[in-house]
Amino acid sequence: MVDLVQAALKTVNIYAIMPSLIVVCFGMALLLIGVFSKPGRTTHIAWMAIIGLICAAAATVSAWSGLSVETIGVQFGFADQVAQDGFALFFNIIFIFSAALTILMSDDYLKREGYPINEFYALILFATAGSMWMASATDMMTIFLGLEVLSISLYVLAGFFKDDTRSNEAGLKYFLLGAFSTGFLLYGMALLYGVTGTTNISEIGLILSSQHQAMLGNPMTIAGMLLLSTGFLFKIGVVPFHMWAPDVYQGAPTPITAFMSAGPKAAALAAFMRILLFSFAEMQMEWSALLWILAVLTMTVGNLLAISQTNVKRMLAYSSIAHAGYALVGLVAANYIGFSGILFYMLAYTFMNLGAFAVLALIGKKGETNLTLEGLSGFGFKRPFLGIALSIFIFSLMGLPPTAGFTGKFYIFAGAIKAEYIWLAVIGVLNSAVSLYYYLRVLVAMYFRDPQEDFAWVSMPLGTMVSIIIALVGVLYLGLLPEKVMELAQVAIF
Amino acid sequence: MSEHLLSLITFLPLLGMAMLLFIPRDNEPLLKSFTLIVTLLVFGISLPLAFNDVFTTSGGMHYTEFAKWISIGDYFEMNYNVGIDGISLWLVLLTTFIMPIAVLSTWNAVEKNTKGFMALLLLLETGMLGAFVSLDLFLFYIFWEVMLIPMYFLIGIWGGKNRIYAAVKFFIYTAVGSLLMLVAIIFIYYYAQQSGLDTNGFSIVQFYQMNVPKEAQLWLFLAFAFSFAIKVPMFPLHTWLPDAHTEAPTAGSVILAAVMLKMGTYGFVRFAMPLFPDALHTCMPYLATLCVIGIIYGSLVAMVQTDVKKLVAYSSVAHLGFVMLGIFALNLQGMAGGMIQMVNHGISTGALFLIVGFIYERRHTREISEFGGLAKQMPIFATIFMVVTFSSIGLPGTNGFVGEFLILVGAFESELRWYAVFATTGVVLAAVYMLWMFQRMMFGELKNPKNAVLKDLSAREIVIMIPILVFIFWIGIYPNVFFDKMNPALENLIEQIDGKQQIAMVQQVDAAKHIVLK
Repeated sequence: MVDLVQAALKTVNIYAIMPSLIVVCFGMALLLIGVFSKPGRTTHIAWMAIIGLICAAAATVSAWSGLSVETIGVQFGFADQVAQDGFALFFNIIFIFSAALTILMSDDYLKREGYPINEFYALILFATAGSMWMASATDMMTIFLGLEVLSISLYVLAGFFKDDTRSNEAGLKYFLLGAFSTGFLLYGMALLYGVTGTTNISEIGLILSSQHQAMLGNPMTIAGMLLLSTGFLFKIGVVPFHMWAPDVYQGAPTPITAFMSAGPKAAALAAFMRILLFSFAEMQMEWSALLWILAVLTMTVGNLLAISQTNVKRMLAYSSIAHAGYALVGLVAANYIGFSGILFYMLAYTFMNLGAFAVLALIGKKGETNLTLEGLSGFGFKRPFLGIALSIFIFSLMGLPPTAGFTGKFYIFAGAIKAEYIWLAVIGVLNSAVSLYYYLRVLVAMYFRDPQEDFAWVSMPLGTMVSIIIALVGVLYLGLLPEKVMELAQVAIF
Repeated sequence: MSEHLLSLITFLPLLGMAMLLFIPRDNEPLLKSFTLIVTLLVFGISLPLAFNDVFTTSGGMHYTEFAKWISIGDYFEMNYNVGIDGISLWLVLLTTFIMPIAVLSTWNAVEKNTKGFMALLLLLETGMLGAFVSLDLFLFYIFWEVMLIPMYFLIGIWGGKNRIYAAVKFFIYTAVGSLLMLVAIIFIYYYAQQSGLDTNGFSIVQFYQMNVPKEAQLWLFLAFAFSFAIKVPMFPLHTWLPDAHTEAPTAGSVILAAVMLKMGTYGFVRFAMPLFPDALHTCMPYLATLCVIGIIYGSLVAMVQTDVKKLVAYSSVAHLGFVMLGIFALNLQGMAGGMIQMVNHGISTGALFLIVGFIYERRHTREISEFGGLAKQMPIFATIFMVVTFSSIGLPGTNGFVGEFLILVGAFESELRWYAVFATTGVVLAAVYMLWMFQRMMFGELKNPKNAVLKDLSAREIVIMIPILVFIFWIGIYPNVFFDKMNPALENLIEQIDGKQQIAMVQQVDAAKHIVLK
């Protein structure tokens, strides 16, 4: 009996999911503590959530250093359905940062908007845990599990402002479209299971490659792959599966918009990358070609649609679509530089986008009707520090040195050029050039126009300021000294 | 100290900017004096470069500094690699020279947000100096892009009526070009690595030794040339210039004309031409044609301007057409003429913008028709204006003549003979628009009563113009001091371009022999 338990424990291997376990436990503890807290008092919950994330980060870092140690190495868990390798750990850091920055900027925002509900933080933690499972999954079922946990938390979070029609619209749209796409994903997984007889990603890859011709001839395989990809591409926000993004991003509470643009997108990319690299390794030429088209479409459509936006939040949402396109370029390149470039780019993107949204969260009035280019007029002069912070984030989004946005784009385009996709790189930089125009408009509004109001309501509360400063440090560090992180990203790619 | 002189020169303005941020924004006198002191200090530190005779003997890189910066396994290496040679020497000195003058000129011009203005000026200086001394292509690219940010803000916040349009146009135009250059840079890097060259990061000195095949050369050259041609600016990519120059504040215009335009020509000389000589020769007829068109078109459009600042802006297009023509001549006279004309244009056109600034501060208009007969009212101003006008036209005795003459001689002696012939008409046209403008503004009757109460130049304004006048005559009468230091480097450059050309020709001959003998 004891032997069976021990054997079971060994296959389970709790260490493999330690960071996400910590996050989940903290989430549940926060739910309990929330029950006993006075309604409206959420600050202590927020800080406890941060502590939980810091513990998870510590677990991630110690696991990372354990990777190179012989006796520890890569941890597999739950009968090889989860793996804690460098890839998972790097993405864990991205998720932890995106959750931490979101939580830091949320407390004051929720109080201002009138929804100081403490389940908010638990939901963010659960979403983070779901993302971590998606990134460390070596089995399709784990991906699905992580995706569902992530998505359901996000559906609730997007529709969090019950009395706000836009938020309700965001939540409902996200739920309906998300449920549909998850359906596609599951159907694709089922078809692949039907063809190969297993749900383990690596094993699928082995079977597909050993019986290449037979498998490719089978329409079930192709259908399965395409449906599976559709599910992921929806989550990443790739054209033509991007229609949900602008409405959901605009309607959701600003911290959630920020969170959605970084963490879950990275999670979907992580899972997609695992599947592409392991299951579909044989078909690399084909999916590179397909992704080439999607990357170009995504970059172009995202940038062109953003040009006409005057609502800054919506503009950032469309630009989010374009940035997903840039990340896809790294996938198309399908070489070490391309893949590690994606990891680096997602981390850089987390910092710059969350930073920008944090500043926007401060600028907005209750109801957030003033987050337009007009509403930002002259802001740079009334609040110099916030103005400069937002400027740096905007320059990073544009891809200007010496910020993280530039180094990220540099690595991704370098990957593309190395893989001889020169035209893709040229299209990428031309799209970057197009994006200059709409990003510049924010700077024009902030600095070149005279202030229409005195922005007296813009305060600098501790939580949000900490998140802005962390994001600033991240953006400038990754821009000036990207070496360390880039090496970590390279190690992370198997 | 001398081992880190270049880093000191480059980053001292940035350090100054960091310290400036602590000065309270109401204390305007302190802000301005501090900036002035920093820029004068940078100029002082850069002076030893001018007196170092090593440039007269050796055409290679000096004062080199190297530090490993980013090293990512086998994939990427970018280093902090800086150095200076005869080509960049005078450009660096021009930058450090013109900055204190620009700061002094803006003493009373900036009314709001002086702190931001001064901080941006210092940041701009770091960007420009960094771009001139970078020997690593990646580092160069970073400084190249960083320069755009302060200039964008300078035009957009403190500029004239149409400043937003001008600033955005300037930014996007320049950034688009440099983005294409980025792709080319990455491509060269990979190509160099593939051919087994030890690139030492993105070191340009190493890249010079590469032999890029002709087909690839063309696209790469075009990518680089596009970016630099926008900056020069060469016709037809010049349309950002009139707007940016006219709408920028005086200090901004001065720096834009004096230094930032030279970035484009420097880029050609340092990067586009030596790396891709075959493509250069293929494109030479087109490039030379664009130069000549720039000269003639720029002059003709300048002639019909009613806004004096716009007139000077278009004259820049014409002058830089001359510079590029000299450089494309690919012989020592032409290139030396082009290089010295770069410095001359910086001094003369910078001075012209300063003069326009003086008159604008007094009357808040730049329409030529608003003036007339000012010479009687402002004699000192008239004299200085006259000298600078002559310098811009290229009257013998002034710096402009030295440059233009050498350029035309060099171009005449090269394969660009007929282009030189047409370009010479530009000299006449320059005289036409400049003298006509001068006559309309300064001579004649003092009709407008508003002009009757104008004060002559103040002490501060005279102090700004004196160094410029000194250099106008020094370079005009005894330019050898300047030529001695740039000749060896230019000879190296010509050898680099021709040498590769010869290797390519030998390869072609070999290939042809191979086919014939088959």
